[in-house]
Amino acid sequence: MYLTDDRAENLGDFKMIHININKKLYGSNGKMDLDIDIKIVQGEFVALTGLSGSGKTTLLRVLAGLEEAKGRVSLGDEVWLEGSHSLAPQKREIGFVFQDYALFANMSVEENLLFVSKDKALASQLLEMTELTTLKNRLPNTLSGGQKQRVSLCRALMGRPKLLLMDEPLSALDPAMRTKLQNEILLLHKAFGTTTIMVSHDPSEIYRLSERVLVLEEGKVISDGSAKEVLLKTTGSAKFSFEGELLDILKVDVIHVAIIAIGQQLVEVVVSDEELKGLVVGQRVNVSTKAFSPTIS
Amino acid sequence: MIETLSQLDFTPFLLSFKLALLTTLILFVISVPLAWYLSQTRSKFKPFLEALTALPIVLPPSVLGFYILVSLSQNSPLGAFFDETFGIKLVFNFTALVIASCFYSLPFMVQPLQGGFESLNKNMLEASYIAGKSNLITVLKVALPNIKPAVLTALIITFSHTVGEFGVVLMVGGSIPEETKVASVAIYEMVEMMDYQSAHIYAGIMILMSFLVLLSVYVFNGRQSRKFGRF
Repeated sequence: MYLTDDRAENLGDFKMIHININKKLYGSNGKMDLDIDIKIVQGEFVALTGLSGSGKTTLLRVLAGLEEAKGRVSLGDEVWLEGSHSLAPQKREIGFVFQDYALFANMSVEENLLFVSKDKALASQLLEMTELTTLKNRLPNTLSGGQKQRVSLCRALMGRPKLLLMDEPLSALDPAMRTKLQNEILLLHKAFGTTTIMVSHDPSEIYRLSERVLVLEEGKVISDGSAKEVLLKTTGSAKFSFEGELLDILKVDVIHVAIIAIGQQLVEVVVSDEELKGLVVGQRVNVSTKAFSPTIS
Repeated sequence: MIETLSQLDFTPFLLSFKLALLTTLILFVISVPLAWYLSQTRSKFKPFLEALTALPIVLPPSVLGFYILVSLSQNSPLGAFFDETFGIKLVFNFTALVIASCFYSLPFMVQPLQGGFESLNKNMLEASYIAGKSNLITVLKVALPNIKPAVLTALIITFSHTVGEFGVVLMVGGSIPEETKVASVAIYEMVEMMDYQSAHIYAGIMILMSFLVLLSVYVFNGRQSRKFGRF
């Protein structure tokens, strides 16, 4: 085998997922070309991020075989998509966690898992890992959002998938529940050695979980690297840099104060008359600072 | 009164229910795949198929009855084939009623089922495919159990509609006692013969039973929606 520094080549083709697809989309922003050419190492945890309408969900659905596309998708020596040949979703050995959970409403928690595979030992192991054992006879309708999402995650892993696809799995949950489930996702990802692609908008989630981040824009990958490389926004000598939305500019006595939303928090920043000229309420701004040492408590 | 009731001939009712039961069973088997196909397809022929399925709702029963009569009679290729090969006549007997009822009641089975299938969360069905399950298993284990109210509505409406059918039955079946004389036809004959007392009793029984059937559907559907929290 021809070896290079590229770890992909080192691992050999049988360990790789090759995705090279093209699909015309008619989204909310008009016509768009989803044009993706990436390789993913098996066992990797990849986060997929980007504005809504950039093609993230469509990419997941193409990988799952739920939507058609031109091009080629292969996992090791298995070809999933090539020309007019497209392997049915049933045969791809994948797990999919939907944003709306999509649990089988007529089946109990345990039945939802056993529907995928009759492996009772695996089902009870998964339920135990996610602390759902006591709820195994409940119908999905009686569960909270966080509980439903865990069932959905367990169900996706019941088939021991080669590829786990998650479409904003935690976006509907509160921050405390998110953190808890992030840990569970990581635990399960490692325990099952599965390759995972997760759509997420939450930088802290991406940083905590993923080894690699792909940023999509208008159907193209515009950024590809580790979470630190892609998400850390500080440039130059700036020590702190936060991106936020400018909500309001208030005049207080002789100075101006800008109200900026950063993440889930609102902050006040004093702006000079010079700075004020370039600012429009509603725009995205960077708040950065240089010369001070912060305390973390 | 009791004397009148005990002398009453209940054969037309039994015939009506036998016909309705058979029609409902046959139509359920035919309509589940058809309704599923209609609910999932993106084919441009879908509106044509939908219009064709709904045709019996708007057509006068006499029109439908006329064409069924023409196409099943011994003078038609189909009627002749069945007569010569199996020795079965397809008109003016109970078989004719079942065939005609299946055409006549088709939309009442297909439409509620199709509506039910269309209301399902698409992701739930996709989750079943991803779990490796075929279309058939997905329909039987996921789709149908999650649209129980629609299934019940389809079954009951088809059954009731078949019991209540008159024009088509009269055209293709006539009024042969214990063969094609169903309750609605019997009432018509009683009125013709000015036997209003029997007609009242028959008609009263029909109203009462229809009401009880519909009432049970609504009670069941109310309970289902509380249990699953949707529909």
